[in-house]
Amino acid sequence: MALKKVKGSLERVFDKNLHDLVRGIRNHKDDEAKFIAQCIDEIKQELRQDNIAVKANAVAKLTYLQMLGYDISWAAFNVIEVMSSNKFTFKRIGYLAASQSFHEETEVLMLTTNMIRKDLSSQNQYDAAIALNGLSCFMTPDLARDLANDVMTLMTSTRPYIRKRAVLIMYKIFLKFPEALRPAFPRLKEKLEDPDPGVQSAAVNVICELARKNPKNYLSLAPVFFKLMTSSTNNWVLIKIIKLFGALTPLEPRLGKKLIEPLTNLIHSTSAMSLLYECINTVIAVLISLSSGMPNHNASIQLCVQKLRILIEDSDQNLKYLGLLAMSKILKTHPKSVQAHKDLILQCLDDKDESIRLRALDLLYGMVSKKNLMEIVRKLMVHMDKAEGSMYRDELLSKIVQICSQNNYQYITNFEWYVSVLVELTRVEGTRHGSVIASQMLDVAIRVKAIRAFAVEQMAQLLENSHTVASSAQRNGICEVLYAAAWIAGEFSEHLRDPRGTLDDMLRQKVTSLPGHIQAVFVQNIMKLYAAILVKYEEDEDNDGIREVSDLLVEKLPMFVQSGDLEVQERACCILQLMKYVKKLQDKDVSCADEVAALFAGELNPVAPKAQRKVAVPEGLDLDKWINDPPSDSSDDEGPANSLFIPDDSRMMNESMTRPVVEELSDDELERRREARRAETQNNPHYLKLGASAKGSKYQEVVNVEDIPVANIDLSVPLYVPGTKRLSDKYLEAERQARKRDKKRRHGKKSKRRHKSESEEDVPVVHKVDIMGGEMPEGATESGDEGNLELDDNDPHKLLDIDLDRPLDADEKLPVRTHRIVSPSAEDRPVEEKKKHHRKDKEKEKKRKEKEKKKSKKEKKRNKSGDDSAHPSLLIATELMSPGHEAIPSPGEEEEVAPPSAPVKKDTTPKKEEPKDDLDFWLSGQDAPVAVEVTAPEPGAAADVDSDAEDTSRHKKKKEKKAKKEKKEKKEKKEKKKKSKVANDEDVDSGRRDGFEELNSDGPPLPPMSSYRLLAEDSNIKMTYETRVQSQQGQQLIVSVIFTSLAEQHLKSLEFNVMDSLNTKMDRLPGATTHDGVPVPFQLPPNSFNEGQFAFQVQSINVAQKLRGTLTYTIKTEESSTSEKLDFKLYLPCTAFLIATPCSSDAFARLLQGGELSSKYSIKLSSGGAPFSHVLAKVCFYGHFAIVEQIDQSASLYSCSTQGHHICLLVKANGGGDVSIDGKCADGSLLSNVMEEIKVTAS
Amino acid sequence: MIKAIVVFNNHGKPRLIKFFQHYNEDMQQQIVRETFHLVSKRDENVCNFLEGGRWASGKNSDPENLIGGSDYKIIYRHYATLYFVFCVDSSESELGILDLIQVFVETLDKAFENVCELDLIFHVDKVHYILQELVMGGMVLETNMTEIVTRIEEQSKLEKSEAGLAGAPARVVSAAKNLDLPKLPSNIQLPNLPSFR
Repeated sequence: MALKKVKGSLERVFDKNLHDLVRGIRNHKDDEAKFIAQCIDEIKQELRQDNIAVKANAVAKLTYLQMLGYDISWAAFNVIEVMSSNKFTFKRIGYLAASQSFHEETEVLMLTTNMIRKDLSSQNQYDAAIALNGLSCFMTPDLARDLANDVMTLMTSTRPYIRKRAVLIMYKIFLKFPEALRPAFPRLKEKLEDPDPGVQSAAVNVICELARKNPKNYLSLAPVFFKLMTSSTNNWVLIKIIKLFGALTPLEPRLGKKLIEPLTNLIHSTSAMSLLYECINTVIAVLISLSSGMPNHNASIQLCVQKLRILIEDSDQNLKYLGLLAMSKILKTHPKSVQAHKDLILQCLDDKDESIRLRALDLLYGMVSKKNLMEIVRKLMVHMDKAEGSMYRDELLSKIVQICSQNNYQYITNFEWYVSVLVELTRVEGTRHGSVIASQMLDVAIRVKAIRAFAVEQMAQLLENSHTVASSAQRNGICEVLYAAAWIAGEFSEHLRDPRGTLDDMLRQKVTSLPGHIQAVFVQNIMKLYAAILVKYEEDEDNDGIREVSDLLVEKLPMFVQSGDLEVQERACCILQLMKYVKKLQDKDVSCADEVAALFAGELNPVAPKAQRKVAVPEGLDLDKWINDPPSDSSDDEGPANSLFIPDDSRMMNESMTRPVVEELSDDELERRREARRAETQNNPHYLKLGASAKGSKYQEVVNVEDIPVANIDLSVPLYVPGTKRLSDKYLEAERQARKRDKKRRHGKKSKRRHKSESEEDVPVVHKVDIMGGEMPEGATESGDEGNLELDDNDPHKLLDIDLDRPLDADEKLPVRTHRIVSPSAEDRPVEEKKKHHRKDKEKEKKRKEKEKKKSKKEKKRNKSGDDSAHPSLLIATELMSPGHEAIPSPGEEEEVAPPSAPVKKDTTPKKEEPKDDLDFWLSGQDAPVAVEVTAPEPGAAADVDSDAEDTSRHKKKKEKKAKKEKKEKKEKKEKKKKSKVANDEDVDSGRRDGFEELNSDGPPLPPMSSYRLLAEDSNIKMTYETRVQSQQGQQLIVSVIFTSLAEQHLKSLEFNVMDSLNTKMDRLPGATTHDGVPVPFQLPPNSFNEGQFAFQVQSINVAQKLRGTLTYTIKTEESSTSEKLDFKLYLPCTAFLIATPCSSDAFARLLQGGELSSKYSIKLSSGGAPFSHVLAKVCFYGHFAIVEQIDQSASLYSCSTQGHHICLLVKANGGGDVSIDGKCADGSLLSNVMEEIKVTAS
Repeated sequence: MIKAIVVFNNHGKPRLIKFFQHYNEDMQQQIVRETFHLVSKRDENVCNFLEGGRWASGKNSDPENLIGGSDYKIIYRHYATLYFVFCVDSSESELGILDLIQVFVETLDKAFENVCELDLIFHVDKVHYILQELVMGGMVLETNMTEIVTRIEEQSKLEKSEAGLAGAPARVVSAAKNLDLPKLPSNIQLPNLPSFR
């Protein structure tokens, strides 16, 4: 045995090792392949030996050969043998080979599960590390499922070296085994606060990767990341977090507001360029997500632009490049700020670095104006002449077209110029963008009527010179322009100066070398031209001419008939026959020009790209109905599906009925049918599903497009004619014509350039753009982008779209080692759980479908509304329109920002609410300074709290309270600020704007601006309170009381009690009588305060409530304690039950016209000299109203009560500082009470 | 995520290939070739980024399509005879990756004592092990150079202790074989970079 070992190791001496292999390859430069083939033979021999060292050596060599491109998968089994060695050296070689060559389809990986598990739990941390490293490269679904639990264990390893790897590899596990995400997530979250920076960074890394694809699920982590951002000094971590925030802000504008300040600080303080750059990027993302408002926006933009300018001016090309990249992001929303740096960007166009030039080009897009368009385009054309490499030239070309055509040719004042530019572009050598130019030519010629004559002439010239284009550019696309040229010349032949000549040009032999589709157009348009010529000759009675041209056609057309292209052949045959017939008639001296011309009579209008999709399905046509019966095996599936569908239908009807009647009933009917069909498709597994995006857009449409708030842009640009033509446009046109005549003197591009200094309005419009929107089917309107951002079905992240805030179910855990788990059967799990995990497996899906059907449909709907989060007002409007519509306890809900949670959910799982609430509280303290001002005594007090049964829940509450307290502090500050600046109108204004924005962005659940009123006060304690309501909880009111200690001593055993009235009852602990108070769950150390919440059930909300109550507490000194009592009156105004709900002006108008709001009430109040906007702000603020529309000195306001009363107010400023308010509501007493309260609070 | 890390020399010979998503060997070689083609024709003093969807459009076999569309960037650095190329997606910070490349090269320099291309040629396994300390599964694992170097040294020690006596003859032989190695100086000179950290 020993002898054998020695012999083995002696033999090894003469084996080639990796060194020898490398050297050998270097020495055999001429016959490398042969040498390597020989080596592979040797390796195969070595692999057959028992000695593991020999095998490892062979595998190491294979790894090297793999790098050179040799397939080594045949040795997979040997690799595993080496991996299973006990020695670290060999194991490492094995794992390296595996990580380089194994992948998901490698079959032998099945054998490795136990070996890897053993390695993971190895005592040697390096063994575990190489196993983790290897695993990260060849994770399979099976390995992920089987090893998830082991990796979870490693995440708590005592060694950070292992911990960070375990954390990172979780990401790979999630990708392959999405079910692991929820059970593992709490621990992953925990690792964000790991003491080791490496582990922390790994956790941040993983969560960032996850959140990048499904950001909304990770919103609740924002506070944690925020804390990390303000505390961490690791730039790697900071960069990741800041990038993540960039992805989150579009979903939650309030987050953006909170971020601006710390980010700005970082921008100012950091010396690391990478961090600076990412900060700027995220600030830009924030600014994009915040539509308007914040007064210091401009400062932030300026700061960003200014810093970017520094980057661009840097000599480091990398910084320059990135600066331009970021600049282009700002450009989208704040073009003005970027335009200021035009000089710099034009300068970059001359940079020697192509990447930088391309970036600068991107920016140019936003720099153009009517004034400088021609100048910029000329510059680009010059560049194009100089440019080397067709790639850059092509890029330039497409940029020119893009710049010119942007916004419906907004910046083009002279279309003759543009057409000549396009023609010039056709001379660019070897461009691929022929079709782009062609489509531009067609577009301009069709849509700008005034330019047709000029365009046709140019096209005729192009056709005349077609030989140059056709010959030189056969291989690349420039011949495409002939397509456009032929079509334009044929279609608008009335503008041709010499139709006959053009006809000759089109009949040249050369034409047959063009691609088929272009020839086809030629043939068709030859006929058009012929028709035009015929008409003309007949008018002139030029019989010779007629005969000659007819002969020409009959003679030349056969060359097309012989074409290999079917389309060309068919058309040519057809036309040739037609020609022969025409000629026969002509021989009989029958004039037939009119008949021929009639073939092409009428004008072709452009069709909108989306028109096809918008064609409504005719009544009675069911596209999804089976034409033939479905295959028999699926028939059992359909039965239950249909029966399940029925209860749903009624709900759906309800929904469509409660929706305001905007359309005629027939539309309603149609819509319902559509919805029903969609539902049917939904649950029938045999239907091909529409892409989610298509569904989303349809839904949007159904909700009624008119409700989407569309800002009316006041266009000072006279040229721009939006969308479809209207009657009024004609008048506008006439006026423009007149203006045009005035300014006719400047024409042509050269003279143009001299008049640069004119203001935008003065730029003369040479051609009126009769930009026709494409034709649409009746009733359909053009809608914005239809393609929602959806993850590709193949993207593994799609499966990771999992709600993480929901508490874990009992059966949700990672599979632990058992004998072979048959993939977890779907039926065993609760339905709700199942729908989370979209399995690829369609078979399984089908079975589950029926059960889930209802749920999933709801979820879909919800998802859709989630997609709509860009239009929060729309979302809320829908909610509002269907008050009876029962909320569904779907976890998806938490992902949305605004909508309040359903009552069901709250009752069953109160804790579940917390994360969201926390986030809300955290977010609502927006513009206050970030520093977390937790008063020192807090933690001590917390420690003193007697532990009782509720300990855990209390812990969570505490967190919430802290957040609230912070918020309150900030609010107080804000209010103080406000008061102190009343004198300064401008400041008041900006404060008001802030307030509105908060109201708007905050949604119903927490009107964060509501003020705290004094409840009671004595020498020891002071109580202030505010009320909170949630729209779905019509009868519940939360009174949030802040207890402020004024005493020198500890205040203990606080008990809050209110005498219930018939109408209003306080929620007490279970089993308590109405005389028992509610214990306040905290103590008050000296000079501290804390907030407690008390819930009330209110029957009727249309009368203000006054409740008498008592607070009892104990003052604890060192030797004694005394009990004290404080009486108070709790006033609950009617306005407390109102929720400022955004409402579109259309919905508002419908409400008023609906006749439902029968009661009216009016009040007058004196503003006491305050500006109208100030009064309005007060009314909104205290009365919980949202502004629907404000015009000068009047405004319409809207609010909705918790019990679904709509209240509409019209606020008008009368002269002399009086403000009159007229209100309408269905409930008279509620209205009058609300308005009287407003009168008191607002005046 | 980092999608791929490739090191090749001025002639496009691969010295290290690490893909974090699977491609077969032919594809890998093609990616290396095309990446080399793109990177090598760039001047020394241009920026170190190449964007997907841009830089290779037009060809049928775009590397950027192989590595996944316009979300991807190529970030590279050129040291003496070697190109260090990272292909990353948009979740990575461009300057951060440049920094990471620098860390990688500096670590190599420490581990090999004045690293040169030959070190990478003959010790590609060791380079892999070093890289494994920096990046795992496409995610940045560690950027602290001292930590990385310590770990590498510990592992080498472990390796040596395992080799023990049995490894001795092999070492002698390989030392003897190495005697005739042509002297190839050409150290990778580490230029001083503006510190991003």
